[in-house]
Amino acid sequence: MALLVEQLLNGIQLGVTLFLLAAGLTLVFGIMGVINLAHGSLYMIGAFAAAFVAAETGSVLLALLGGLVAAGLTGMAIEFVVLRRLYARDHLDQVLATFGLILFFNQGMVILFGRQPIFVALPPFLAGAVEILPGVPYPVYRLLIIVLGLLVALGLWFLIQKTRIGALVRAGATHREMVRALGVDIRLLYTLVFGLGALLAGFAGVMAGPVYSVNVGMGEQILILTFVVVVIGGVGSIRGAMFGALLVGIVDTMLRAYVPGLLRTMMDASQADMLGAGLASMGVYLLMALVLLLKPRGLFPAHA
Amino acid sequence: MRDRLLLPLLLAVAVAVPWVAEAFGTPATVGLATRIAIYAIAAASLNLVLGFGGLVSFGHAAYFGLGGYTVGILWEHFRLGEPFLGIIPGSADLLVTFPSALLVGGLAAAAIGALSLRTSGVQFIMITLAFAQMVYFLFVSLAVYGGDDGLMIRRTNAFLGLNLRDPATMYWLSLGVLVVWLWLLGRIVRSRFGRVVEGVRQSERRMAAIGISTYPYKLAAFTISGMGCAAAGALWANYARFVSPDMMHWTKSGELMIMVILGGMGTLLGPVLGSAALVGLEYLLSGLTEHWQFVLGPILVLIVLFARKGLISLLPARGRLRHG
Repeated sequence: MALLVEQLLNGIQLGVTLFLLAAGLTLVFGIMGVINLAHGSLYMIGAFAAAFVAAETGSVLLALLGGLVAAGLTGMAIEFVVLRRLYARDHLDQVLATFGLILFFNQGMVILFGRQPIFVALPPFLAGAVEILPGVPYPVYRLLIIVLGLLVALGLWFLIQKTRIGALVRAGATHREMVRALGVDIRLLYTLVFGLGALLAGFAGVMAGPVYSVNVGMGEQILILTFVVVVIGGVGSIRGAMFGALLVGIVDTMLRAYVPGLLRTMMDASQADMLGAGLASMGVYLLMALVLLLKPRGLFPAHA
Repeated sequence: MRDRLLLPLLLAVAVAVPWVAEAFGTPATVGLATRIAIYAIAAASLNLVLGFGGLVSFGHAAYFGLGGYTVGILWEHFRLGEPFLGIIPGSADLLVTFPSALLVGGLAAAAIGALSLRTSGVQFIMITLAFAQMVYFLFVSLAVYGGDDGLMIRRTNAFLGLNLRDPATMYWLSLGVLVVWLWLLGRIVRSRFGRVVEGVRQSERRMAAIGISTYPYKLAAFTISGMGCAAAGALWANYARFVSPDMMHWTKSGELMIMVILGGMGTLLGPVLGSAALVGLEYLLSGLTEHWQFVLGPILVLIVLFARKGLISLLPARGRLRHG
């Protein structure tokens, strides 16, 4: 029971991280029609920048700021230099160009920080655990991620549902041509949305640093999961991203926690662990394939 | 006149590579040329769906890996002397392993294609990626066949008394398969079937309007393309004498797509040029700097932004073998 609660929270924590990435990705895709593989690179850059600033200054706030600024600036540069020229192109071009960007950013991080994973130490006030249920301690930091992530989600919901910019974003996601026809400065809207997505990805990277290690390639690992989330939730839909992220986060975590144990009852331990890890990794892709086969446009399609 | 001589000339140059390499004392060139030929087979196969059919599959490395693992697993069971799944005997003869790889690749592509082709657009890109990831993680988790570390193939397959360990022989075999495969693809593309596949790219709605149900055509093209990638994988297993899940990593799928684009989509020779360019570029850059991807990445971006037609557009028109 204690394990179940703990794993459920771990799943929610992964889900919240995935949501931060998926929200940006799904908006960028829904509004600009761009598949941005380099979205994971923004996550990685946020994590590296925060780890670097934290190691240099020892300040949590500066590290957060550093990660956000680095990811935001990189995102804007990507949009300005490359993606802006790809809005009208087909998906294939976008996939290839952003694939090139991944190679560039990954190798850039290798040049700057080396190949060794960086482990980020938590400040003392975040390092402990609290008892969430009698007899069930849970790391404070992971709780903080969940809370902050949900707060950001709430803020995003407010921004998109209750403000004028949000109305434009929603309109842009569902009726792109109409928004253009009504004379909205679509370029500014694009840059804003892209910048917002980059900030969210950077934020996710900053927070993920102390939980996982900061290393080159962390971006792609989570990027592919994020795509699974976006496709399950329905491309362009924030609600779908939230739902998909929690679903994928929880399913993935649960499978990893329980499948190896289940297999151990059938075969010897080392084989069971290896097979279990593999089968657990396959789980979310199976889930995505199932969803697409039943609802080819995802669970919450944005375009009616 | 010059144009008609182009293909035989290219072929003659390709056949002569091992002798030229020996004359210049650069034996490593033969291995490089073998890699180019093998990837060209895979890229040309992907091109059938990507270039001709307009179906952006982001998971073709899976069939490349499955082809390789077919050779690897059959070898492993041959070595151990116990049949696969208790019924299929192992083998180390290319006359057995190569058709087996085609069969495995074709079946996998047919199954995955049958499901994936129900979607289109970005969902199709993502679902092909998802299936490839599933296959990737399946092999990562198979401890019996080396898991993450992959599988060594101590001895290359026997093939009509030839020694495939000899780099030149391996190269000529790969080149031979490539030439036959390109010839077959040329026939396919020019047939009625090929024209329907091309029609799918131009306008699926139009195809439906003239009374053609496109799904079986797309599925057949997808299956053929998976078989071609598996053939390339089977050759790769013999060339490298090693298979690992890296063969089906999603970046490998990306590399195959890049080869197609780089060379020229929807052309027969384009993927060959693309393979030569990418493998050659990687080789050159990695000789210059350890951080060659730092240079390769921006080059790819520039190619997509400014050189959309691919290297093939540099060739005279007849060499392009484009139709429609």
